[in-house]
Amino acid sequence: MTVTETTPDTALPESAELRADDVAETPADEVVDEVLVEEISIDGMCGVY
Amino acid sequence: MTTVHPTPRTPPLVEQLKGGLDAPICLTWELTYACNLACVHCLSSSGRRDPRELTTAECFSVVDQLADLQVFYVNMGGGEPMLRKDFFDIVEYSVSRNVGVKFSTNGTYLDAAAARRLASMNYLDVQISLDGMDATTNDAVRGEGSWAAARRAMDHLAAADFGEFKISIVCTRHNVDQLDDYKAMADDYGAQLRITRLRPSGRGVDSYHDLRMTNDQQRQVFHWILDHPDVLTGDSFFHLNALNTETGGENLPGLNLCGAGRIVCLIDPIGDVYACPFVIHDDFLAGNVRDDGGFAHVWRESELFTELRQPQSAGACASCGSFDACQGGCMATKFFTGLPLDGPDPDCVHGHADDALAAIGQGVAPRPSQDHSRPGAAVPVALTRKI
Amino acid sequence: MPDTETTAPRPGATPATAGFDPAARYRLSPRVGLRPEPFGALAYHFDTRRLVFLKSTDLVDLVNALADHPSAAAAIDHTVEPRRRSAFVTALASLAESGVVEPAVEPLLEHPA
Repeated sequence: MTVTETTPDTALPESAELRADDVAETPADEVVDEVLVEEISIDGMCGVY
Repeated sequence: MTTVHPTPRTPPLVEQLKGGLDAPICLTWELTYACNLACVHCLSSSGRRDPRELTTAECFSVVDQLADLQVFYVNMGGGEPMLRKDFFDIVEYSVSRNVGVKFSTNGTYLDAAAARRLASMNYLDVQISLDGMDATTNDAVRGEGSWAAARRAMDHLAAADFGEFKISIVCTRHNVDQLDDYKAMADDYGAQLRITRLRPSGRGVDSYHDLRMTNDQQRQVFHWILDHPDVLTGDSFFHLNALNTETGGENLPGLNLCGAGRIVCLIDPIGDVYACPFVIHDDFLAGNVRDDGGFAHVWRESELFTELRQPQSAGACASCGSFDACQGGCMATKFFTGLPLDGPDPDCVHGHADDALAAIGQGVAPRPSQDHSRPGAAVPVALTRKI
Repeated sequence: MPDTETTAPRPGATPATAGFDPAARYRLSPRVGLRPEPFGALAYHFDTRRLVFLKSTDLVDLVNALADHPSAAAAIDHTVEPRRRSAFVTALASLAESGVVEPAVEPLLEHPA
């Protein structure tokens, strides 16, 4: 039995992020995975009464 | 080759915070140990002014240091902060230096004139402490007349067009059924409701077992908070997230981690810096702002804070599937009940601390390092329904 | 973005912008304290009491440079490589929603000749 060579783009269920990471194959794709802003609750935070 | 995920450019936010920031985001600053009340669960055991209190000049210097660090705001409290004669001077100076002020008061000294003065200030939030929906429930914990004084303060704020203030309630076995009533009262005032967890800190060491909620009540509070996302909690109930198995994994809003020594800390009336206001004890004393290098040096270089910023072991909780959600609960609550810090919270919803708690003998659990209580002023716990 | 609780603004606080228009010119709000951190920055809005993490030093640079460009899109194109453009547009839209950035009102200064 031959070992099937798997490549990122064919073997597994795809996500847009994985595909976007392979820039050489798809240069027009943008990196959409970055979440650059995160808001947090600061009501006191724990330790503040 | 196996698939490669894009390398994260920064660690997850929560890991950043657990490792500590170069300066606190905010912090608690207890201005005085003096207080006209003697609440049975006072986390700072307040009552008598400590003669070593920071002077006005030293307080202004602390404000300058916080401004230089770009600490965004301070939560001022005590004791009763309005008992300091220079209270307004400190508050106004802080706001002028762009360090916002939120302060917590029992309201006794928040008369009409004070309310108008506060209403005229930029970046200032007020929080009135209450622990019951009526004088009976409240005064049993905070002393006779305290409920009326708090209501008067709120009326003055409303009359002065202060805008939205906060009403803050410590959840106990005896007031947890009144949560809807608090919400209604806050709504009537146009105020924001805040409920927080009781810790066995300060005088709370002695009243904890009479006041702490039952496990059923904890579940009640957990679901109530989820049903009322506009109610603030000071992130103090994250140990209840172990109940998220009942909500399909939904956690309480907030950071859900202990910020002590990492994102927040306490400066006490004599300049001592503790990890948080619930661990006023020598084991959690990081330094003093009067030391060389002031507050910044304590925040950045103290042994205690450096240690807290190391990855913490799950210890006895490692095998529990809830640890990611509950983070092992509250350090202060474990410490003052005599439990190990790398183990379950005394109020672990799964009951994992019950045996250890029962096995702890009398006098084993640590006592607060200081007691500023006024002799003979203790409020008796009149409502002592045992679990 | 994680669900968060926010304190309600005091009366008179500036409401957050309703929408983000990349063709418009923006600036860092003067009501915001921007504190650099190793991973980017913390931004705290003194009127709304909201705290936001900027998780990239590139984003921090962009925010600081916003007012120097005729539009948010121009600012992005000037500072960010094309494949990251949409992440930065999304980021600026978040920052506009929370009031960290707002439409610029003062005129764009031309470089002296």
